Amino acid sequence: MPKLKPSKGAPYARILGVGGYRPTRVVPNEVILETIDSSDEWIRSRSGIETRHWANDEETVAAMSIEASGKAIADAGISAEQIGGVIVSTVSHFKQTPAVATEIADKLGTNKAAAFDISAGCAGFGYGLTLAKGMIVEGSAEYVLVIGVERLSDLTDLEDRATAFLFGDGAGAVVVGPAPEPGIGPTVWGSEGDKSETIKQTVPWTDYRDGEVDKFPAITQEGQAVFRWAVFEMAKVAQQALDAAGITPDDLDVFIPHQANERIIDSMVKTLKLPEHVTVARDVRTTGNTSAASIPLAMERLLATGEAKSGDTALVIGFGAGLVYAATVVTLP
Amino acid sequence: MAATQEEIVAGLADIVNEIAGIPVEDVQLDKSFTDDLDVDSLSMVEVVVAAEERFDVKIPDEDVKNLKTVGDATGYILKHQG
Repeated sequence: MPKLKPSKGAPYARILGVGGYRPTRVVPNEVILETIDSSDEWIRSRSGIETRHWANDEETVAAMSIEASGKAIADAGISAEQIGGVIVSTVSHFKQTPAVATEIADKLGTNKAAAFDISAGCAGFGYGLTLAKGMIVEGSAEYVLVIGVERLSDLTDLEDRATAFLFGDGAGAVVVGPAPEPGIGPTVWGSEGDKSETIKQTVPWTDYRDGEVDKFPAITQEGQAVFRWAVFEMAKVAQQALDAAGITPDDLDVFIPHQANERIIDSMVKTLKLPEHVTVARDVRTTGNTSAASIPLAMERLLATGEAKSGDTALVIGFGAGLVYAATVVTLP
Repeated sequence: MAATQEEIVAGLADIVNEIAGIPVEDVQLDKSFTDDLDVDSLSMVEVVVAAEERFDVKIPDEDVKNLKTVGDATGYILKHQG
């Protein structure tokens, strides 16, 4: 039997650059109140959300991804030809074949980079990051682009008072590349398919096509069950990610949870007993819940405003429909 | 040892005070969590989880919606505590 040559990768990986794209249209709560019986005060007190961005016809999943990726590539100081992999996490790209990642890889000017889409809901960024790290350390790519992108406004039931205000659109991207020291800790991730009814698309596309329902499918959730799982179960996962990275909450500079809802963020911070000095991402207030895009968008904003700086140690955790989750500690680009 | 009704009400009062900032003396058996004590649906989840720990009881999501008053919660805990 011939002996196969092993692949040779980098010793470690880290995030080298981040970029974001927020659609031009800013939607305040007043617009949401045109279709649901609620109030600005109620929406803010239940979610922390004041405004969100909704994409227009030109701001497609691919277009937003290309904008965000261009910024991430520039931030990383590399050229698009050096990128060997493009991973796109999305649940709101309505043309499933071919993967949107291939169009993005081509339009960015990569040299035939491996490109594929993944579906891991609001945990998609962590899933993509983990795959990217594996590809780099294993040696199948030197640099990998990880993109979280959503047009959740297309999957929002504007007459559902429990979710109409929640979702937003946008894209966030990071470039992951080789590093002499670990810049992405071990990932603690998993799925709980027994809780698949907790957050889901209302009906399959085919039910709508076949006229079995009048309403276009939308994302729906059981608010209290999601809240309990997100706060109390995910706090345990976050702690496991810190333990796996060999650090304590005191070592953290920044906490970037999935921007699901500010109440979940507040309760997680309390449950995790994070020290006062840890900067907490609260991008949800003006971006809404953008699923897979929320963590890189929040990361980009914290670095842009100076609330966080390059080299800071950040705990990131994504969680959502599946249910699925992924947490890890990263060094900020 | 199982907690008495008085101990459960006092414990819930501490929890509601901690989570929603309501004075402990306002937490009475006939008070509604949402209408009288300003505990919204998400804070209610926090109250439930704290009560589970304190009284060694499991309160599944599907039962939470039935706990409208402090009396409902107290009765539930009395019946189900470990």
